[in-house]
Amino acid sequence: MALFEAVHLHKRFGSRVVLEDVSLAFEAGKVSGIMGPNGAGKTTTFNILTGRFAPDRGAIRFEGRDIAGRPPHAIARMGIARSFQLMTLFDESVVVENVMLALPAFRAAQTRVATDVFADKALMDEAREVLALVGLGHRAFQKAKDLSYGERRALEIGVALAADPKILFLDEPTSGLGAEATRSLAALVRRLRERFTIVMIEHDMRFLFELADEISVIHWGQVIAHGTPSELMANKWVRRSALAEVA
Amino acid sequence: MISLSDVPARPGAVITPQIVLFAAVLLTAPFWLPMVGLYQYIGVEVAIWILYALGFNLLFGYAGLHSFGHGAYFGVGAYAFGLFQQEVAVSLWGGLLAAIAAACIAGMVVGAFLSHRRGIYYALMTIAFGQMFWFTAIKAHGVTGGEDGLLGIPRPPADFGIVSFDLSDNTSLFYFVVAVLLVVTIGLWRLVHSPFGRVLQALRQSETRAAFVGIHVWAVKWAVFALSAAIAGLAGGLFSMAQQSAYPDVMSLHQSGFIVMMTLIGGGLVSFWGPVLGVALYFVARDVLGSLTETWLLWYGLMFMIVVMLRPEGLAGAIHLLSERLRAPRARAAGQPAE
Ligand SMILES: Nc1ncnc2c1ncn2[C@@H]1O[C@H](COP(=O)(O)OP(=O)(O)OP(=O)(O)O)[C@@H](O)[C@H]1O
Ligand SMILES: [Mg+2]
Repeated sequence: MALFEAVHLHKRFGSRVVLEDVSLAFEAGKVSGIMGPNGAGKTTTFNILTGRFAPDRGAIRFEGRDIAGRPPHAIARMGIARSFQLMTLFDESVVVENVMLALPAFRAAQTRVATDVFADKALMDEAREVLALVGLGHRAFQKAKDLSYGERRALEIGVALAADPKILFLDEPTSGLGAEATRSLAALVRRLRERFTIVMIEHDMRFLFELADEISVIHWGQVIAHGTPSELMANKWVRRSALAEVA
Repeated sequence: MISLSDVPARPGAVITPQIVLFAAVLLTAPFWLPMVGLYQYIGVEVAIWILYALGFNLLFGYAGLHSFGHGAYFGVGAYAFGLFQQEVAVSLWGGLLAAIAAACIAGMVVGAFLSHRRGIYYALMTIAFGQMFWFTAIKAHGVTGGEDGLLGIPRPPADFGIVSFDLSDNTSLFYFVVAVLLVVTIGLWRLVHSPFGRVLQALRQSETRAAFVGIHVWAVKWAVFALSAAIAGLAGGLFSMAQQSAYPDVMSLHQSGFIVMMTLIGGGLVSFWGPVLGVALYFVARDVLGSLTETWLLWYGLMFMIVVMLRPEGLAGAIHLLSERLRAPRARAAGQPAE
């Protein structure tokens, strides 16, 4: 059985149907990709899978438990982490604090009102380890808002990673990155895939086809194709949209 | 520029130079207040309002939850203290505990309604609840004494078992209030750097991200509202003791507005100490400007508008900027890059 499974998800906003029968399954230890044109419903799918919205219909199973409709914090605590397409960081806080806030150990310490987080060596060390993983070790005491765009993208991932998640959802991690930053992100994903189950939405086809074990294509709120990168390369629709991307 | 979320200069320090300075200024106040032409009672009032403002800023500045009806909890504390003296027993500790508990419970109830709201809706709800408390205080004549309020509230002695301090004169009451204030200040200073305090600041910056890293946003918002209300209640209890009366005006919308103005002018959005400066400035303005002109509030209001428009970081931010400017040329002269 898949680690994470969504079956027959439906979602409408007002009269607008955004997801119409979306079923997805993500296997443990794999990198799964989701692609599709703008407005297809990819982010909405993530929002439903991670608890931002409840689906109108359908089930979401994680490790066999139905989690549909549970609030985001409860889902996050089960080990489901995500990054955001529109970067959502704690801008006024320093980089190491951004990561620290997401540590399970930090959550456990939330009621310890006499601990100074910056004097807590265990928390700091753990947060710094995460920063080292995403290549931000040298920026630990910069404010998040003072980072470069690429560094902020890396921090988005770092915050998600800090939870030590069982499954990691990345919403367009390459968006806005230049060629070099995209390459180093690919290297990061390759390192992460050893330890984490990853699901990512991507517009960058080359990036996705290189890294994903399997890919689902969402269009008009439906999964219109699913398969390994090589299977999808043979798919007519995918080829056409891939060409559109290049043109 | 400074911000509330800066890394503290000395992580883990319980007593900082600022706390020492704060304590020194307060503890010596009875000596220097008359020298600068002020009177003892203003010290009591200032200390109480600083207590109120520091607790308020935990909510307003740190958590970014904009309450415009906080006078309600100050008032609940004031009435609870008075009613305890009149109905239960003449006891300082009992009265203060009643004040804290009543305001905390009120905060817990109201917080339960507020905590799933954000932004302007949150603010409007705090006003609505504030008005309800104010209205109730005026109408519940049998309990609160209506518009006249509760009169003749005693100042019970501070009884520590072996020793007991009389608090009936303003100087001894001042020292008692300062002792309470310092304990709360050190506690709050710890709290804002604790995991709980950092979570508050995370909420201010992004409730969305906070929820998705596993923070129970509703529960934290509820808890900080109740805590802030409890501190307001403590301040209110001390205030009714200082005034020897409790009256509905402290719960009114304009009084709730004052605490917001003090916090903002002082720089509560960027500094722990902002509310302290703001309260001090307000009382100086009231007494110094007030002795010159009856329209002092107009000038104070104008000052508020200028700060909000031009210097949202308030007095604390301005002082910080000034000290940076003063330091920078010296650092350059010493051959070091300016920070
Ligand atoms: N909260 C919401 N309320 C109303 N409509 C929404 C909401 N969120 C998304 N939509 C609509 O649902 C549709 C799908 O949006 P979604 O963000 O899921 O697309 P996407 O596939 O992620 O697109 P992109 O590639 O541009 O990120 C869009 O038409 C969008 O306007
Ligand atoms: Mg999207």
